[in-house]
Amino acid sequence: MKRFDKDRLVLGIAAPLLAIVAALIVTSLVILSAGDDPMRAFAVMADYGSKSDSQVWIINKAVPYYLSAIAVAIGFRMNLFNIGVDGQYRIAAFFAAVVGGSLALPGIIQIPLIIVVAMFVGAVWAGIAGLLKTTRGVSEVISTIMLNAIAASVIGYFLQPSRLAVKEENLIHTPYLPDTSHFFEIPTTPKPVEGFIVVAVIVGVLYWFLLGRTRFGFDLRAVGQSESAALASGVSVKRMVVTSMVLSGTAAGLVGMPTLLGSSYNYGTDFPAGIGFTGIAIALLGRNHPVGMALGALLWGFLERTGGQLEFEGYAQEVVGVMQGVIVLCVVIAYEIVRRYGLKSQQRKVGAQLAAQARKTEKAEVSA
Amino acid sequence: MRRVIKIAAATAATAALAFTATACGESSTESAGKGNKGIGLAFDVGGRDDHSFNESAARGVDKAKEELGIDAKMLTAKNNETEADREQRLTSLAEAGYNPVIGVGFNYGKSIGKVAKDFPKTTFAVVDSVSEGKNIDSIVFSEHEGSYLAGVAAAKKSKTGKVGFIGGVNNALIQKFQAGFEQGVRDTDKKVEVKSEYLYANNDKGFNDPAAAKQKAKGMLDRGFDVIYSAAGQSGAGAIEAISAKKGTWAIGVDSDQYQQPGLAKYKDSILTSVVKNVDVAVFDVIKSVKDGKPLTGVNAYTLKKDGVSLATSGGFIDDIKADIEAAKKKIADGEIKVSQTP
Repeated sequence: MKRFDKDRLVLGIAAPLLAIVAALIVTSLVILSAGDDPMRAFAVMADYGSKSDSQVWIINKAVPYYLSAIAVAIGFRMNLFNIGVDGQYRIAAFFAAVVGGSLALPGIIQIPLIIVVAMFVGAVWAGIAGLLKTTRGVSEVISTIMLNAIAASVIGYFLQPSRLAVKEENLIHTPYLPDTSHFFEIPTTPKPVEGFIVVAVIVGVLYWFLLGRTRFGFDLRAVGQSESAALASGVSVKRMVVTSMVLSGTAAGLVGMPTLLGSSYNYGTDFPAGIGFTGIAIALLGRNHPVGMALGALLWGFLERTGGQLEFEGYAQEVVGVMQGVIVLCVVIAYEIVRRYGLKSQQRKVGAQLAAQARKTEKAEVSA
Repeated sequence: MRRVIKIAAATAATAALAFTATACGESSTESAGKGNKGIGLAFDVGGRDDHSFNESAARGVDKAKEELGIDAKMLTAKNNETEADREQRLTSLAEAGYNPVIGVGFNYGKSIGKVAKDFPKTTFAVVDSVSEGKNIDSIVFSEHEGSYLAGVAAAKKSKTGKVGFIGGVNNALIQKFQAGFEQGVRDTDKKVEVKSEYLYANNDKGFNDPAAAKQKAKGMLDRGFDVIYSAAGQSGAGAIEAISAKKGTWAIGVDSDQYQQPGLAKYKDSILTSVVKNVDVAVFDVIKSVKDGKPLTGVNAYTLKKDGVSLATSGGFIDDIKADIEAAKKKIADGEIKVSQTP
C-alpha cells in the first residue's frame, strides 16, 4: 500500500466539492432569473430525494450509469476516448435479448449466457474501433461515433416483426425472456433493489484491481501518460489499444443488462438510449476512480429523480439538465484549477527543500 | 493477492448490507397529501405546446377546468426516457391525490398498467394504447379513418399527381395514419402517386425533431410532391415550415387543427386541412366521468362515426371538394368502405 498522503486527499476532495458548490451557485442564478426561489427548490430536492422509494429508484438508476462510466473510464485511463459506449451497450443488449428470448434453459445457465453474449458483442463492436485505430490510424473518436450510428441502424434493421422482433401494440420488441432468466432482486420496501447492483460492485472492484494492481494496468496507464515512454520500456502500444478497447466494450456490454434482466425482459423500441453518454459525464465527474464514479452515478440518479419532482412543484424540469451540465463543466474546470494549484504548491515545496539544502551546504562550506 | 481478495469480499459484503438497509425512513407515498386535487396529466415528449397531439389533450383539460371547475397538474416527458421515469411521473400524480391520472401517448401504456395497480381507487386513462386494469380507461382513435379523408383531399388537390406522407416513427400507431392516407389517395384517383417516408425507424425522437421533418419535407418537395401529410407530433411543424416556403404546395396537419394554432400562424396559408384527433373530447369525457362518480373504464374507441376523428375545414381550402369528403365519410360510417390499419 502507498503511504497515506494527506495533501493528495485534500486536493482530491477539493475539486468535486468546488464543482458542486459552483454548480449550485449557477443553478441558483438560473432559477432566480426565472423568478423562482432557489432555496425552496433545493429543499424540495433534498426532501424528496431522501425518501425511501427515492433511494431505491436512485440506486436502480445508478447501476447502469456506473457500468457505463467504468466502460468509458477504461478508455480514459489510456487516453482513448470511447464515445461508442452508447452503441456498444445497445447492440450488445439487443443481441443478448435475441439469444435470451429464443432459448429456454435453466436460469443458472441462461442468465450467465445472456450476460456473456452481451459482453462479447460489446467487445467485438468496440474492438472494431480498436483495430481501425491500430491498423489504419483512424481516430477512435470518429470510428466509435460512427459505430454508434451503425449500431442503431443494425438494430433498426433487425428490430422488425418480420425479422427478429415481435409486435405488441405500438411497441416492437424482441421476444420476452423466459421467467427463469429474470435476475434476482434484493427485497427492500417499498420497491426492491435490482440484484445487478452486485455485479456492478464486482465490476468496480475488478476495475480497481486490474488497473491499479496488475502489470497490465500499469502498462495501460503508462501508455495513457506517455506513449513513447511506454514504447521505450517495452510495451506494445498497438496491442494495448486493442485490448483496452475490447475491455471497454466488454464493460459496455453490461450496461444494458440491469434493464434487460431486471425490468424490461426484452429489447424494444422503448429500450433506454443515451446511457453511454451519461457514462462519459460520470467518468469525468468521478475522475475515473471506482468510488468517485459510484458517487457520481448516484448523484446523477438523485438529480434525475428530483428533477421530476421539481416540475411537480412548479419549476421548469430543465433546471436539472442545467445543473447536470454545469456540474460536469465545473468539474473539468475545478480539477484543472486544483491540479495547477497542487503543481504550484509542489514546486514551492521542492524549491523550499532545495533552498534549505543549499543553505546547509553553504554553511558547511563556511565552517570548513 | 489473498489480502486483495479479502478486501474485495469485504467491500462487496458491506455494500450489499448497506443496500439492504438503505430503504429506511419514510417513503414519499406515506408523506403525500390526501384528498382529490383534480386532474393529473402526463404529456408525451414535445410537451404541452407541440401544436398537435399534446395540445389537443391540454384543451380537454382546459375545458374541464372552465366548465367543471377542476384543478389540474400537467407534467412533461423528456427525450430518451425509461420506464422508471414514466412510472415515477404517474406515481407522483396519483400519490399526490390527483384523480383521474391521464397518460397522453402510447408510451404510457405499460407504466399506466403498473401504477394503476398500486392505486386501485384512482382512475387512470391512457391515450393511444390499450392497458389492462379495472381502473383504466384505454382511449383509442380511428386515425386510419381520418387519414383516409386526408388522402381523398390530397388526391383531389394535387397538381403534380404526387402526394407524400411523413411519419415520425415507424410504429403500429403511425402506420395506421399511413395506411388510411394511402388508401384514401388510391380510392380517389389511381393515377396519383403516393409515397410514405419515416423520420426514424424506431426512435421516439421522431415526434420531437422538427429539423429532421423539415429536411424530409424539403426532399419530397424537390422531387415534385405537392401535398404532404405529416403525422409526427411536434416534428410536423418543421415539415409545415418547409412546405410554406414553396408556393403552390400544401401541408396536411395532424392531431389538432393546425390552421388555428398561434404558433403556426405564419404558415397557416399553406395548411390545407388537418386530421383532427379529438383527444380533447376523450380527455374531457374521462374527467367528467370521474366527477360524476361513474368513471369510464375499459377500451373506448373514438371513431369517425362518433366524431372521434375529423377533417378540419378552417381556412376554407377544401370547401370546393367538400362533397367528395362528405361522401367518403358517409361510406366509412356506413361500413361501405373498410379502412385498413396496416399499410
